[in-house]
Amino acid sequence: MATQNKTVAFELDGLTVKAHAGETILQAALRVGIEIPHLCFKETYRADGNCRACVVEINGERSLAPSCCRTPSAGMTVTSNSGRARHSQRMVLELLKSDMPTSMRSPYTPTSELDHWCEVLGVSRSRFGRRVQPERDISNPAIAVNLDACIQCTRCVRACREEQVNDVIGFAFRGSAAQIVFDLDDAMGDSICVSCGECVQACPTGALMPAAEIGNTIVDRVVESACPYCGVGCLLNYHVKNERIQFVQGRDGPSNRSRLCVKGRYGFDYVHNPERLTRPLLRRQGVTKTSDILSPADINKTFREVSWDEALDFAATGFTRIRHAAGPSALAGFGSAKGSNEEAYLFQKLIRTGFGTNNVDHCTRLCHASSVAAMLETIGSGSVSNQVADVSEADVILIIGAKPSANHPVAATFMKNAVKNGKTLIVLDPYRSDLARHADHFLQFRSDTDVPLLNSMMHTIIEEQLHNLEYIEKYTEGFDALREGVKEYSPEAVSLICGIDAPTIREVARIYARSKASMIFWGMGISQHIHGTDNARCLISLALLTGQIGRPGCGLHPLRGQNNVQGASDVGLIPMVFPDYQPVQNDAIRARFESLWGVALDPKPGLTVVEIMHAVHAGKLHGMYIMGENPAMSDPNLNHARAALAKLEHLVVQDIFLTETAGFADVVLPASAFPEKTGTFTNTDRRVQLGRQAIPCPGDARHDLWIIGQLANRLGLDWNYTDPSEVFSEMRQAMPSINGITWERLQEEHSVTYPCKNEGDAGESILFRDGFPTPNGRAKFVPATYTHAAELPDGDYDFILITGRHLEHWHTGSMTRHASVLNAIEPEPVISIHPLDMQDRNISPAGFVRLQSRRGELVARVRSDLGLQRGSVFMAFCYVEAAANLLTVEDLDPYGKIPEFKFCAVRVSAAPNTNSEI
Amino acid sequence: MTKAYRRYKGQQRGREIDDAALNEIRDLLGADKPRRDLLIEYLHLIQDKFGCIHSSHCVALAHEMKLSSVEVYEVATFYHHFDVVKDDQAAPAPITVRVCDSVSCSLFGSNQLRTELIAKLEPGVRVQAVPCVGRCANAPVAVVGANAIESATVDSVLSAVLSREVEAVPTQHKHYAQYCEDGGYALLRRCHAEAMTRDDLIDELKNAGLRGLGGAGFPAGSKWSILRGQPAPRLVAVNIDEGEPGTFKDRHYLERDPHRFIEGMLIATWAIEASACYIYIRDEYTACRLALEQELTALRANPPCELPLIELRRGAGAYICGEESAMIESIEGKRGLPRLRPPYVAEVGLFARPTLEHNMETLYWIRDIIDNGAAWFTSNGRRGRTGLRSFSVSGRVSNPGVHLAPAGISVRELIDEYCGGMLPGHEFYAYFPGGASGGILPAALGDEALDFETLQALGCFIGSAAVIILSNHDSARDAALNAMRFFKHESCGQCTPCRVGTAKAVDLMERSEWDKPLLEELAQAMQDASICGLGQAAPNPLRCVIKYFPQEFS
Repeated sequence: MATQNKTVAFELDGLTVKAHAGETILQAALRVGIEIPHLCFKETYRADGNCRACVVEINGERSLAPSCCRTPSAGMTVTSNSGRARHSQRMVLELLKSDMPTSMRSPYTPTSELDHWCEVLGVSRSRFGRRVQPERDISNPAIAVNLDACIQCTRCVRACREEQVNDVIGFAFRGSAAQIVFDLDDAMGDSICVSCGECVQACPTGALMPAAEIGNTIVDRVVESACPYCGVGCLLNYHVKNERIQFVQGRDGPSNRSRLCVKGRYGFDYVHNPERLTRPLLRRQGVTKTSDILSPADINKTFREVSWDEALDFAATGFTRIRHAAGPSALAGFGSAKGSNEEAYLFQKLIRTGFGTNNVDHCTRLCHASSVAAMLETIGSGSVSNQVADVSEADVILIIGAKPSANHPVAATFMKNAVKNGKTLIVLDPYRSDLARHADHFLQFRSDTDVPLLNSMMHTIIEEQLHNLEYIEKYTEGFDALREGVKEYSPEAVSLICGIDAPTIREVARIYARSKASMIFWGMGISQHIHGTDNARCLISLALLTGQIGRPGCGLHPLRGQNNVQGASDVGLIPMVFPDYQPVQNDAIRARFESLWGVALDPKPGLTVVEIMHAVHAGKLHGMYIMGENPAMSDPNLNHARAALAKLEHLVVQDIFLTETAGFADVVLPASAFPEKTGTFTNTDRRVQLGRQAIPCPGDARHDLWIIGQLANRLGLDWNYTDPSEVFSEMRQAMPSINGITWERLQEEHSVTYPCKNEGDAGESILFRDGFPTPNGRAKFVPATYTHAAELPDGDYDFILITGRHLEHWHTGSMTRHASVLNAIEPEPVISIHPLDMQDRNISPAGFVRLQSRRGELVARVRSDLGLQRGSVFMAFCYVEAAANLLTVEDLDPYGKIPEFKFCAVRVSAAPNTNSEI
Repeated sequence: MTKAYRRYKGQQRGREIDDAALNEIRDLLGADKPRRDLLIEYLHLIQDKFGCIHSSHCVALAHEMKLSSVEVYEVATFYHHFDVVKDDQAAPAPITVRVCDSVSCSLFGSNQLRTELIAKLEPGVRVQAVPCVGRCANAPVAVVGANAIESATVDSVLSAVLSREVEAVPTQHKHYAQYCEDGGYALLRRCHAEAMTRDDLIDELKNAGLRGLGGAGFPAGSKWSILRGQPAPRLVAVNIDEGEPGTFKDRHYLERDPHRFIEGMLIATWAIEASACYIYIRDEYTACRLALEQELTALRANPPCELPLIELRRGAGAYICGEESAMIESIEGKRGLPRLRPPYVAEVGLFARPTLEHNMETLYWIRDIIDNGAAWFTSNGRRGRTGLRSFSVSGRVSNPGVHLAPAGISVRELIDEYCGGMLPGHEFYAYFPGGASGGILPAALGDEALDFETLQALGCFIGSAAVIILSNHDSARDAALNAMRFFKHESCGQCTPCRVGTAKAVDLMERSEWDKPLLEELAQAMQDASICGLGQAAPNPLRCVIKYFPQEFS
């Protein structure tokens, strides 16, 4: 390692320069302030050396050398400013300039690097004729392609292929005809482009720019913040002009390394959508609630605008009345995984101290509740053991029941990078996503057969003595039960159940067990089953059995869905635990929180999301406070859930749009969107990250923290939080896991990993290095047996419905369907189905499909998808026009209380075109 | 606005996989797991079967290979022998007539031949102007399908088209049995029997002063020594992508005695203890490729010793793949973009392994040099130079062809002693000493030694020893423009000085008045800053014309 720190002294333009090990001449020059023009070089990207703008003279060499690709050797004499070197540098710039759309500055970007270097080197005009220019391509709603400004530097190709590994952009044809292409020289909007915008960020000349020439804007300020969408937790910069976000760029965060996906980069304008709530609303007297979704045409008939005081008074009075009449357990609150830690913390504190109940939950119940239940039960912790970035340390990456390229796109890029660097990727999934193309082994097993498949892998590992006895003895308990439990699951027997041949199961089991470091990622394909906890138990057992945990590059990583679902859970937005997963029944713990909060607390665990809806139907629960959640779209069996919302005596909804849920409200409180506030958010990697306010709230919308505080005070609490940092300080007292993180450090470092128990701790990126946070320090094997989904296909309902998400839309679509670019790319609901099933059912391309289940039905356009197995259909649940959850079952996993969104029986038929426009 | 195909509502991103196309691809590829490095071979299978490569086949092939479709598309569109068409576009005509338009053929009226053919040929036949097809001694040349017609006339081409004579004419080469009977592979057997040491063999090559005959002239023995010092596994790659205009010596030897180079290749494999050999042959040499396939099969059936893995790869119409690192990229199934060096091919070559890459002819001489001794080789030579060179002579001489002559010979001696003098009615005016990239010299400099060092001083180089003779009926300026058009056509497009430089140079050179200062500025940057020899050498003819032929501008 010592050699890595060595420096190399060489002469550059007459100066002695010390290059760090591995540093190129160009990097060393830039570091010491010597300007050498460069275009195809971009820091952190692989240097390609094609533009030749950075050529330098090296003593003793016949031709000039590209300084971006050459590392200096000791004593080398390099000249970047000699007549000969400058001649070629200038000529390269002049040649490129001659082919630009105008002889003036770039019409597409104020920061053209070609313009910059032409200025520096005094290349003011070109003496050559212009090439025949390619056509403009504006087929992608997010990105404008102006190849008349292209200099063929291939930074976009490297962005697309080597950074994000989306493999859309190529360098086709040859010679002066060589050209950047998308797929088969298709329009970008027709290609497989996922609009991540990495190419736009990479382009030096504006040939690739945000659509609508917004990139030409000179902004007022740049605000360092984070992405409001998924759990990956990308850091980004908001570019603001006239209090509007103009565009977004990736920032070098630990989880994204300047990368973003289409949502993060192009999905920001929901905040400026004219449908934003800007005034508090009260339901007009006498407008009755039905279980139908409120039609936009009826908004004014249903609600009237009121002052904040009137709205807050009405909201608080309703809760107080119910509490007095029916007791605290007649009230409940749904917090949000989209809000900050501080908001979630205060929300649960309000429910527990103001309402006096533990009936507080949020959408973690709908995503990873079963994973968390299994993890708490077996290893005593509900968060990931290793961070996504650890894939670079892994030898084997196993992904099961997850579609990260759609749902955790930036995390997926690091997984694909690892594969490109030679790591082995194993993907197990009933659906073949694009990640399968990168996999060494792709096992497309039958839906619902996770447990037998995983048991058979463990069976193989034990049978072939690949298990890690030393680890098992030192760190676990219950191995005998596991061994017995998997005995009957031989790969040969299981292959008939799961549809994967036995040799493949054995092969994959061996690869996982034998590797130096194997890392497991899973998503909601694992968790959203009534056997979700069993599925997760199997994955945990697999890791424990082989000792693939507690070291770099291995471990367990349930990919968290929302930007702050980890944090919202951590801070106690869960009915059975206080912040930091401290059980409410535990007297000592409860006493501690009673003393911290100064209020007596309910010793009974509260109800979960779906249970709360049942309680409403049962007449036991009458009032709810819902902040940023949308159960009218996200709950299973929506007809049932919407009827419950309609039945509520008092519903207060706090959100940024009049969501489907808000349509059932008595009071609607206009709240703040992500870029309008400051707070901390905890990503899937256990990184606590700071989101900073970039723009003000619109109209009379207010910060959520203020709204919660106002309600609290009207419920008899005496709160005086004036800043999120004050809330964070209190959280540190309640939560040992983040006790060491200071607000100042967050401001400075933007991102800090927990556990971080004492100030100054680096934060533990890898957990369970030496045992587990269980009473005896050991992890527990909990064997699982094969059970079936709640509703299997039969003669009447013969297809399996799988629900999930689209890349462009997030959760119930409350934000993304109000984001113009995202909605332009995926504008309408679609039902994905295998093309042969389309043929069977006489469904034509662009035609419509009717799906019926025992609970509801819907019609939407078809999407042919070879990735699906025959006999199954897929739908995203974000489209109110055809809400997939009308069809889903509300049966719950007995431990995690999570519904089975990934499996129910439906009937599939062709539907007449309901829409004349094709 | 764009070249968009209509995406229907609800459709998934990108092109859908066509079932029929997928089945066709599966049939073509067979049961083996597809290999990334064989992409170009698979594209040949598709092109040969369907006469073009449709989008649906690109998408299906990508799917089968677990590549994205753009990775297939960018490779397919790089090589000019692949006709990549959209599904809604018509396939190209079933017969293609390729008329060579490089320097030698254009001296003999290839332009007019092409024009007349376009006028007279039936619809359903496509006429293309193509770069040198390696038969310059019998210019002009037209290739009907794979049937090369030398000294082509409109009539001879029409006749071939009408009678559908589209197959390559098989070579009349020495077969394996005959080669063995004549003492072939005895040396290889002696090597394997350790009758000599590897070091002794390499020393003998060094003593003979054998230099690489592809163009760069790197001493062969030294290269082998370098490879011996590299970590295993090591590979051997043989370059038969003979594309430098005016060059046809490799074809000449291959058509006659292919085993002589194969034996040389296997001796090299033994000497550097390599594990596999890859032979890359240009697609224009169909008959040679078929002959090689046949002879390799015969060799494998009855091997003289344990054979390494030998793979024969087919180029696809890209001059740049004769550049050593571009050839390696092409063997790996990629676009033929030259690599930046360092690292050198000998250190990090094919599949990132240390690779001994040789021009075919270099290996062809191994057996003779070892059998006859280094002294035999060095006994040849003039003007203080030693050894033999195979000159590919074309242009205005009476007896063009491959002439094995002493190193150091002058062009005037070559014309007079080996080529039967100039053609009647032609006076020696100018010559390309080393193909299109070697520059152009006037007859006044016709007594200089044709060798590496002498020519370098004149701004030229001998390269592959392709000598093209121009006469008083020809224009050096036209020849230089022809050469620059060739480089523009064949530039890989990777680096700015070459991609843009060759195009701008053609623009400037097509004008009646040349902007000589600007051309000189451009030439300097191309030579200094291009990645590979193509761009670095492309300005040679241009600069020579300005320097040596001022009368053509007056």
